[in-house]
Amino acid sequence: MRVLSKKNIITLLLIVAVFAVVQVLISVKIINSFYEITLATICINIILAVSLNLVTGFTGQFSLGHAGFMSIGAYVCALISMNTDSTLGFIFGILAGAVAAAIVGVIIGIPTLRLKGDYLAIATLGMAEIIRVLFLNMEITNGAAGLSGIPRNTNWTWLFIFLMATIILINNFIRSSHGRACISIREDEIAAESMGVNTTKYKVMAFALGAFFAGIAGGLYASYFYFIKPNVFGFMKSVDVLVIVVLGGLGSISGSVIAAILLAVLTTFLQQFTEIRMIIYALLLVAIMLFRPQGLLGTKEITDMFKSNKNTEKIE
Amino acid sequence: MKKLLSLLIASTLIIGSLTACSGGQDKPSTGNGDAKEVKIGINYELTGDVASYGNASVDGILMAFDEINAAGGINGMQIVPVKIDNKSDSAEATSVATRLMTQEGVVASLGPATSGNFMATIPVAMGSKIPVISASATADKGVTTDDKGNVNDFVFRLCFNDSFQGVTMANFASGNLSAKKAVIIKDNSSDYGKGLAENFRATFEAAGGTIVAEEGYVGKDKDFNAILTKIKGQEFDVIFIPGYYQEAGLIIKQARDLGIKAPVLGADGFDSPVLLELAGPEALNDVYFSNHYSSLDQDPKVQDFIAAYKAKNNVDPNAFNALGYDLGQYIADAIKRANSTDPVAIKDALADTKGFAGVTGTFDMGEDHNPIKSAVVIGLENGVQKTSVKVDPK
Amino acid sequence: MEQFLQQMVNGISLGSIYALIALGYTMVYGIIKLINFAHGDVYMIGAYIGFAATTFAKLGFFPALIIAMLASAALGILIEKVAYKPLRNSTKIAVLITAIGMSFLLEYVMMFFVGAEVRSYPKVLSDASFNLGNVVINMQQIYIVVTAIVLMIILQYIINKTKIGKAMRAVSADKDAAQLMGIQVDTTISFTFAIGSALAGAGGVLVGIYYNSIDPLMGMMPGLKAFVAAVFGGIGSIPGAMIGGLSIGIMETLVSGYGNSMYRDAFVFAILIVILIIKPAGILGKNTKEKV
Repeated sequence: MRVLSKKNIITLLLIVAVFAVVQVLISVKIINSFYEITLATICINIILAVSLNLVTGFTGQFSLGHAGFMSIGAYVCALISMNTDSTLGFIFGILAGAVAAAIVGVIIGIPTLRLKGDYLAIATLGMAEIIRVLFLNMEITNGAAGLSGIPRNTNWTWLFIFLMATIILINNFIRSSHGRACISIREDEIAAESMGVNTTKYKVMAFALGAFFAGIAGGLYASYFYFIKPNVFGFMKSVDVLVIVVLGGLGSISGSVIAAILLAVLTTFLQQFTEIRMIIYALLLVAIMLFRPQGLLGTKEITDMFKSNKNTEKIE
Repeated sequence: MKKLLSLLIASTLIIGSLTACSGGQDKPSTGNGDAKEVKIGINYELTGDVASYGNASVDGILMAFDEINAAGGINGMQIVPVKIDNKSDSAEATSVATRLMTQEGVVASLGPATSGNFMATIPVAMGSKIPVISASATADKGVTTDDKGNVNDFVFRLCFNDSFQGVTMANFASGNLSAKKAVIIKDNSSDYGKGLAENFRATFEAAGGTIVAEEGYVGKDKDFNAILTKIKGQEFDVIFIPGYYQEAGLIIKQARDLGIKAPVLGADGFDSPVLLELAGPEALNDVYFSNHYSSLDQDPKVQDFIAAYKAKNNVDPNAFNALGYDLGQYIADAIKRANSTDPVAIKDALADTKGFAGVTGTFDMGEDHNPIKSAVVIGLENGVQKTSVKVDPK
Repeated sequence: MEQFLQQMVNGISLGSIYALIALGYTMVYGIIKLINFAHGDVYMIGAYIGFAATTFAKLGFFPALIIAMLASAALGILIEKVAYKPLRNSTKIAVLITAIGMSFLLEYVMMFFVGAEVRSYPKVLSDASFNLGNVVINMQQIYIVVTAIVLMIILQYIINKTKIGKAMRAVSADKDAAQLMGIQVDTTISFTFAIGSALAGAGGVLVGIYYNSIDPLMGMMPGLKAFVAAVFGGIGSIPGAMIGGLSIGIMETLVSGYGNSMYRDAFVFAILIVILIIKPAGILGKNTKEKV
């Protein structure tokens, strides 16, 4: 596969075009500052959802603790960029946060990933709660009062860069031999192990990679929304991300992207129905699971729908 | 590689959805629409962890607005509240504030109730040049002034900050009650509890007292027997509980049940009829808390408010209700004095407030956008307010 | 020493509440392998029904308890029929998300109707306390512990000695085989939900009376901790849930009482993770070998 194949160039041009169009819409104020916030939420949620999809959708490891990793990225990035307010400090902060989240991911992943299914879900939930309690009691994080006055370095350009980097890297990881090993674990862990796949290694790898990108999302969040406190990263946040992944389809990256957009539009729309918005949200959640438990796209990607005839020889 | 195409389609979808959103929404959004009504934003915690504080505040605000509208509005303009829920989430508070200011065309925005969520709206207010006011964001730092101590022009509050109440109660403990040793049981999940505890400790220790124990709990806890049993074994003169009535009521009850008789101190978070319901009258003796006003105050303003609130809701008002009510009156008063719906003019009128007489006290707006008003320390006897001591700001 | 005894009293009464909720969790998980996140909210609804029965209908403790248990049982059956039954052959994650959705639904429907403010129960049980040396014991604490033990014994009897109990055990062991043997699987599962939910409802009423404070989000934390308790004791085991609940309650109390109260919740979850790693089947659980 050549790097400069025709398809890659077209893809690149299209990505640049998408970026440019949104940028223009922002500068001529068709996307006003309110929609810009929605846009930022969408980008951050996509990063979270795609990274969780790697863990839950592709590797089949059920995590309810994604918000915990996000909070590590957010706090590290906030603390670094509050002390060195520059673009360099911001980028360093995001990456440091992501690395910290990944390290915690490895430390937690090695013991807990021996668990399966519901037990793993509860263990990861517990882990996220422990992280939250630690942040609540630490001096440097200012406890429940949270960190305020975080410089806003995130803008559409940075969001887009990190968004695309996440999608492309995770996409490539899944297409690699490592990714196929991960998918084999999801399909049948015992069979994969007997075929010589080092399941522990790949599970921890997927978990750490997921944590890394969750950390990036956290950093972007902190530097976009000025303010973070431990309660932002509670159980609800993890559930929100999981809902996006499941709604889009476990094992479908484009599904996560679409679901993140749909949910953001829905939340924005529901803002007006103050008293009943959470009821509607809950009802939708149940209804979707009842009528389409595999999510919008299942394990398919959106591109699969456009090439039904061309690629019949392809085996997935 | 084929999947790269999916990226694009996904990205196009982002644009698609956004442009679709922004399509019909290009309303002109200046405050000076038609002169018959004026829109005021209400950005409160109506669902989520702290929904009870948000809802209580909004009850008070809307009560004030109804009264004003019924009396002919502000200079003939009816107030149109635009109420949006921020789910007790700080990012959502930012989003709601932006929506109110750029989409809904409000001339000012009220709330959120808690400091953290309120702080998240400050950059939006400063950017849009539209005032935001909270009646209950008490954090010392980062609210009306930024890190460097500069005043945030468009940000105001109606309540005391944590240091004033923390210091007041510490002085009350060491002065009026001659306490030497104190225990702190703080709400560790709220900035309010944390801020009060820090200020109380500093002042109490400076006055020669010692804090023998500092325990913490998180909001919605119900069982405090373990920490109470722990402190029961120690010697102390007072217990300070920086937190809200929902937990404080239970702590006081369980403490008295365990035989802890020491006086209990608190702050305006205690002011709610629910405190009495939870703790019961027998437990509420020797309980003192600082507040904005006392129901003993015979000022007709206070008594009328209490009567009107009770007639409407069938319960006594709590501090959030009263502060919310004053907040509604305060913004209306400022718009009236500004005689304009221009947010900047309203901001100037808010800053230039002298002798505003509210239920929660008569105050001048200070240079740093904190109200200069005195507090009262209320003493309870069998759950009923019996004594009140006025404390003036330094 | 007196302080330690007092802490044990505190821990046992807190633990009995966890145990009551954990009993329901463990039964439901044992039979359909579902973490019923809505269980904590059934407990909340039970508390509100008890509140309505005592406050508005002016009923006494026992009638209110029975009404709350019956209503909770009906709610449990309804939840199972509407939300979980159609998903019986779906992926685990779909069912879990549905459970989370049901939990939110119950919480916010309640919040819509009763508001977010806490309510307090009227005094329907004596809260007289007596002293044993310096240890204070409250009558209500005794009620809670006794109710939990009695309900556990009844449950143990139902499961081990009655026909429906046998059916429950059969469905739990192998659903398909049970069906082939002529056991009505759907009825059995409904029955399990009914019993589990009734216990949660009873727990709600007891908590409402003991702590005198209920609110629409009161089920979240106790629900999670009760699940931890169920896992700790060995999921699917009735005595295990009881032991798990008491252990979690006592450990929590000891952490607050002798350690740092601010790390109490973190400690509970740390215990969970350690237990899951060392002995995933729990204290009384049976180890099952992985089969291909």
